[in-house]
Amino acid sequence: MSGGTSRERVLGRVRRALADVPRHERPRDHPVPRDYRLTHGTRTPADAAALLAANLTDYRAVVHRTDEGGLPALVAGLLGRRGARRVVVPPGLPDAWLAPELLAAAGVEQVADSPALTTRALDGVDSVVTGCALAIAETGTIVLDAGPGQGRRALTLVPDHHVCVVRVADQVVDSVPRALARLAPDRPLTWISGPSATSDIELDRVEGVHGPRTLEVVLLDGTGPR
Amino acid sequence: MSRTYVGMPAFPRAAARATEDATLRSNLRRATHTIRARRAQAVAELADWEELRAAAAAIKDRTLRHLDHYLTLLEENVTRAGGTVHWAADADEANRIVTELVRATGEREVVKVKSMTTQETGLNDALERAGIRAYETDLAELIVQLADDLPSHILVPAIHRGRGEIRDIFRDRMADWGRPAPEGLTDRPADLAEAARLHLREKFLTAKVAVSGANFLVAETGTAVVVESEGNGRMCLTLPETLISVVGIEKVVPAWRDLEVFLQLLPRSSTAERMNPYTSMWTGTSDADGPRAFHLVLLDNGRTDALADRVGRQALRCIRCSACLNVCPVYERAGGHAYGSPYPGPIGAILTPQLRGPASALEESLPFASTLCGACYEVCPVAIDIPEVLLHLRERVAEGGEVTVRGVRTRVRPAKRHAVERTAMRAAGWTFDHPGALRRAQRLAGRARRLRPRRLPGPLGAWTDSRELPELPAESFRDWWSRTRGDAP
Repeated sequence: MSGGTSRERVLGRVRRALADVPRHERPRDHPVPRDYRLTHGTRTPADAAALLAANLTDYRAVVHRTDEGGLPALVAGLLGRRGARRVVVPPGLPDAWLAPELLAAAGVEQVADSPALTTRALDGVDSVVTGCALAIAETGTIVLDAGPGQGRRALTLVPDHHVCVVRVADQVVDSVPRALARLAPDRPLTWISGPSATSDIELDRVEGVHGPRTLEVVLLDGTGPR
Repeated sequence: MSRTYVGMPAFPRAAARATEDATLRSNLRRATHTIRARRAQAVAELADWEELRAAAAAIKDRTLRHLDHYLTLLEENVTRAGGTVHWAADADEANRIVTELVRATGEREVVKVKSMTTQETGLNDALERAGIRAYETDLAELIVQLADDLPSHILVPAIHRGRGEIRDIFRDRMADWGRPAPEGLTDRPADLAEAARLHLREKFLTAKVAVSGANFLVAETGTAVVVESEGNGRMCLTLPETLISVVGIEKVVPAWRDLEVFLQLLPRSSTAERMNPYTSMWTGTSDADGPRAFHLVLLDNGRTDALADRVGRQALRCIRCSACLNVCPVYERAGGHAYGSPYPGPIGAILTPQLRGPASALEESLPFASTLCGACYEVCPVAIDIPEVLLHLRERVAEGGEVTVRGVRTRVRPAKRHAVERTAMRAAGWTFDHPGALRRAQRLAGRARRLRPRRLPGPLGAWTDSRELPELPAESFRDWWSRTRGDAP
């Protein structure tokens, strides 16, 4: 249906339009000056985590900080305070992050992801708890790549409350260039900088449209990858 | 059937109407001034802004100079990742391809992510004629669709509407399209956003087909990128079974790494944010995550005609940030509709005439819709010299010249309607080539300061009907320079 003819017509027009480009010129012959910085300033890992927290907060994400010992109680507390009744958990989330007895005490039912969990069913889930692939300090961004502990994209989209855990030791990068270098293009990627927002009314930013309206980011101090 | 741009009047007439609309002017003024200051702040945070800008322009130029190479590389990589690539030479063909793809799914409804290309092709009307209803899900596009209106800004298509008007539109029209607006809806932006959330929720949960554009396509990986704020994009890109993305051929960038430049420039230029709330990147299809079918429709529709123009082709660098609209004194007063296309403002004034060719009085008038103040070039994150292209296009309107239309090189004759500009341009050309005459002319103007007329005589009167003649300073620059520095510059 797309027809080979249109492909050839468009490519033919492109080639005729570029008659002024010397035949011998290869794409790389046209120079791209990359004099920009790969990071904006030098900072220690602690500084990077602090900047990440500040930028996330600036765009109305709620930031918490704890260590591995404190994590289960913090997560259960966040869900309890939210009044969440059901929380979905992606495959591969470390068991140690959630304490079943604390969740039960807070009245939160844990739902494992499965093919049976349709979009419609997911709409009946209040919260989601995930990890991430990395976080970017300079922009206040977390990036999910559907890896272990993150799950398919719908999980972090349909529930209205997203709790995302970032390991400070090995998941915080300084800048956008540093992030792209670590990400795999063949995975579905979602970059998240604060909760859903819009500038569509009088070009002023208001939070909360279709995506999760509450984003809570937990900066996890500790030893690094398990 | 929604309104279309077909038969729009030439810019001066449409602009004159808009400048008399006090509500429109105050809405535009408030919105553009808000974003202007915030953009400047966001840009100032990056000390290497100029270096990023230079890199972006060079990446786009490299891509454009070898567009055939990058398009075929992109096609290969999208196909390898499980996507299907379609080619559309013009708007009708793109609409036909999308309509057939939707029909093949058996669905009669699609959800849409805001997309400039499908505005350009008039896709929604084409789908409607085929009995398929398209639901716009971006908040501003929703406002425009509900009001049976036209977009007037690249980023915020409903920028011409204030919060009170938006409340009325939601209250009066939402029920026609689905879930009605909540009882007692106020004009608080947060309440309006909540009303949009409730209205569209059911559509997202049940939609089987989505249509989107893309901000970037990475040739070496086959990755598509959509940058957004609300999460409606994520909904459309993730939940349906079939995703159809209609993207202009100039949206390709060579390498994954190139995104590091554009993802720093675009959010700060457009919404004045360090980063927009959501960016989605996908490469073909993934098992058990997102759509099972991905179709990429590559759209020409006049882009190759612009590419054939060595001066004009820089307009194809555009990443649709809309910074040039927000700083433009003409846009602020005339509003977006006067530009007669989905691409308003300075970028529209150079893009529309090139994409459509010398089709009508509108396309001829657009290059003149500028004071050449240069603010657009200053803020452009890909360094498009908009004033340079405007002058180039003005010259072609006034003098005639070579132009490529639908792939065919032709000569256009000087436009009858622009005899005044032609005279002015020839005179300017002659004076700039004769510095002695320039000095004399300027000195004469200086002596005639007190005699400055309100309206120019003769055929030039038409010019001053819509323009204030500039105030002349007491002393000319040349006189001031020779008085303070000695030699004439």
